[in-house]
Amino acid sequence: MIEQIIFYALAAIIAICSVLAVTTRKIIRSATYLLFVLLSTAGIYLLLSYHFLAMVQIAVYAGGVMVLFIFSILLTHQPGVDVQFEKPGRMVLSGLAALAGLGLCGHIIYHNVEKVYQYVDFGEIEMTKIGFALMGTDKYQYLLPFEAVSLLLLACIIGAIMIARKR
Amino acid sequence: MNNIPLEACLAVSTIMFFAGVYGFLSRKNMLMVLVSLELMLNAADLNFVVFNRYLFPNQMEGMFFTLFAVAIAAAETAVAIAIIINIYRNVKSVYIDENITTMKN
Amino acid sequence: MSYTLLIIALPALMFLILGLLGNKMKPVVAGVLGTLSLAVITVVAYITGYEYFFGGVGKAGGEAFQSIIPLNFEWLRFTEHLHIDLGIMLDPISVLMLVVITTVSLMVHIYSLGYMKGEKGFQRYYAFLSLFSFSMLGLVVATNIFQMYIFWELVGVSSYSLISFYYTKPSAVAASKKAFIVTRFADLFFLIGILIVSFYSETFDFATLTNPDAPFVGTALGASFMGISALSWALMFIFIGGAGKSAMMPFHIWLPDAMEGPTPASALIHAATMVVAGVFLVARLFPIYFFGTPEVLTIIGYIGAITAAYAAMVACAQTDIKRVLAFSTISQIAYMITAMGVSGYGGHDGLGYMASLFHLFTHAFFKALLFLGAGAIIHAVHSNEMKDMGGLKKYMPIARWTFLIACLAIAGIFPFSGFFSKDEIMVAAFHHDKVIFTILYIVAGLTAFYMFRLYYRIFHYENDKHYHHAPHDAGATMSIPLIILAIFSIFSGFVPFSELITADRLPFEAHIDIPIASASIAVALVGIGIATVMYRKKTNMADKFIAMFPWLYKGAANRFYFDEMWLFVTRKIIFNCISRPIAWFDRHIVDAFMDSLAHVTNAASDKIKGLQSGHIQQYALVYLVGALLFVAAFALCVVCFICK
Repeated sequence: MIEQIIFYALAAIIAICSVLAVTTRKIIRSATYLLFVLLSTAGIYLLLSYHFLAMVQIAVYAGGVMVLFIFSILLTHQPGVDVQFEKPGRMVLSGLAALAGLGLCGHIIYHNVEKVYQYVDFGEIEMTKIGFALMGTDKYQYLLPFEAVSLLLLACIIGAIMIARKR
Repeated sequence: MNNIPLEACLAVSTIMFFAGVYGFLSRKNMLMVLVSLELMLNAADLNFVVFNRYLFPNQMEGMFFTLFAVAIAAAETAVAIAIIINIYRNVKSVYIDENITTMKN
Repeated sequence: MSYTLLIIALPALMFLILGLLGNKMKPVVAGVLGTLSLAVITVVAYITGYEYFFGGVGKAGGEAFQSIIPLNFEWLRFTEHLHIDLGIMLDPISVLMLVVITTVSLMVHIYSLGYMKGEKGFQRYYAFLSLFSFSMLGLVVATNIFQMYIFWELVGVSSYSLISFYYTKPSAVAASKKAFIVTRFADLFFLIGILIVSFYSETFDFATLTNPDAPFVGTALGASFMGISALSWALMFIFIGGAGKSAMMPFHIWLPDAMEGPTPASALIHAATMVVAGVFLVARLFPIYFFGTPEVLTIIGYIGAITAAYAAMVACAQTDIKRVLAFSTISQIAYMITAMGVSGYGGHDGLGYMASLFHLFTHAFFKALLFLGAGAIIHAVHSNEMKDMGGLKKYMPIARWTFLIACLAIAGIFPFSGFFSKDEIMVAAFHHDKVIFTILYIVAGLTAFYMFRLYYRIFHYENDKHYHHAPHDAGATMSIPLIILAIFSIFSGFVPFSELITADRLPFEAHIDIPIASASIAVALVGIGIATVMYRKKTNMADKFIAMFPWLYKGAANRFYFDEMWLFVTRKIIFNCISRPIAWFDRHIVDAFMDSLAHVTNAASDKIKGLQSGHIQQYALVYLVGALLFVAAFALCVVCFICK
């Protein structure tokens, strides 16, 4: 029961905040709403007993990415100035397209998904298991993607510095 | 989580995704476009995790996919923001379609 | 005898060398190189001629001369039977032509060293001379009619290039186009004739085509089209091709204009060698003409006679000395063609065939001499017109005496070479057809008249004419060829032709028919006499004579309006009735269709180019809408499928 309440609360936060994040006029608010969405997502991960993932979500997204966002917003915007919007026609069109997509997907989810699953409570995944999976080279183990991602991050660090540095 | 249906989780991620789509299509501010992108990515991540949990609870593929996606999204955001800052420095604007018309030089 | 390949290969090689590298050389080097290579092949041709006629090679198989094929390789194979070969065939007429062509060509090469000195494009001139020599020699040694046709066209091309040598002169360009188009038009018939013949014979080889007993002759004679047998059509068409190159009526119009080219080139191509290709063609196919379609041969004879008379009359009224010579060339070639037409086959009946080629042989020398002499005169007085000349005998003795020899030869005065060959033609015509004989007889008198009119107008007439620069004989390079050709013109009549080149390839006894010979000398002397009276001194007799027959003179001076007739046919009839509708169709239907395609594409792309705006959000929107539609359609399909 308590899980249900928490879930619906998180779901409501996510739905409202994500809509607000893309409709607000102040860009700093938009970033804040995004932060709420990301945190609530981490909450859902927790509910689904993916604790490690939830921590990663908070640390990387809420901690790293959001800081980047806020810094860049402060660098490129004067406080108190509203952002400009698209032409109204374009906005209506986009809204209609998004609503149509939402309707279609909602329809499919509502009518079709229940037929294919059976929820089994499996409990939390042990940390050691995740660690072995990340560092192993067998089947269902991920050393190679791990190293690839680490290389990618290195490249991103260098690239970001190169692009953003003052000439 | 027994009493929370899969559809509820999927509905959440769908709303998040199409909010992102709407933002991506209708905003001209590059940072807001980036915010919308993050929303869409997050929605996709959530889907992976939910399906992993509900359909294949004794496996971890969805979770790891999300893990790597988060890492890559962070990297992508870093580069994108670096580019935006660079553009801002050059043309004093972060609006699409306004001043950024050439990629040359 | 495979060394005869050299005769073909060396000029081809020289054409490539002079054509590609000529601009890198000094003009003198290019000229000397071309001349040397031609000297080499002249020697080779003479050796070939000696070996063939006197060295026993030609008569290896018995009394008659054989066709020898030293070289032959298959070039294109169409079917089992039909293939095009390239090779070298030696028989009496091709060896004769080799000797004639190389001799005249060598003279022209040497002469041009002086005549063309300092001209722009000297190397190009020699390159084209080499190309011409190559193609003409390739033409005469062709083993099959298709090879002949290929070289026939190459000859046309090199003639075109040499006529338009002074390509900055509009008249030269027009003349070259005229020559090319007229001969090309005639060659179309030649090609059709070849195709008809080879359709029945299934081969291009002369070995079959000249054999009147070959089975295809019967089938081709049996097949008839519009009441005339297929073979007659084919041979008539082939003759039309020959008539185009040999400037027979009504295709003669290109030859006088072709005199726009350099004079030595005219001497080589438009007097001595290329224009006799038609005669050579008829001679080559003579057995089939004679046994298969004698009626075509009769037509050929009459065309020749009419052309001879026409050209002789026109030549009397021309004032440009090169044009006089051009019309005299037409007239003399018409003699040869006529001789072919009146010829029989075996023994003494084949006199016309022999006489035709004999006249070809002697005519090549004295006509080349006349042209080269005219070139020397033009070189000296810088004009083609008779009115700018006169009294040159004291300035240019060498030109004068050699020119006189050539005039006597062409007039047919004993013992100059023209006498012998022309006499044989007269005899052949006399025994075959009295009408043709009468025409040729009168033409002989006219020939003597207009040649001596030319001679007197140049060297006598106004004896005290004043020149700004005193004209003088040209240098050694130009005089020596004149002298050599004069010697040939005097003595080539003594070659025992009837023992070497005959229709059936067996020697026969030819003798001079005293009554006819004396009659033709008499008419020639009358012609010379009239010319002497009228033009030896400047008198008003010629004007009086013209005043007596104004319409005749006017018609002759305007070439009896043949050019105008052709212009009428092409401009008024063909252009208006055929070309214009085709052009209209092309412009308004074909082009318009293509244009409208382009316009539609253009307009459509103009309309849709906005889609490629470069706005990423617009792309994303379109992508999203598309994806949604796709999913919706897919879902609909699934639903329908499940419902069923």
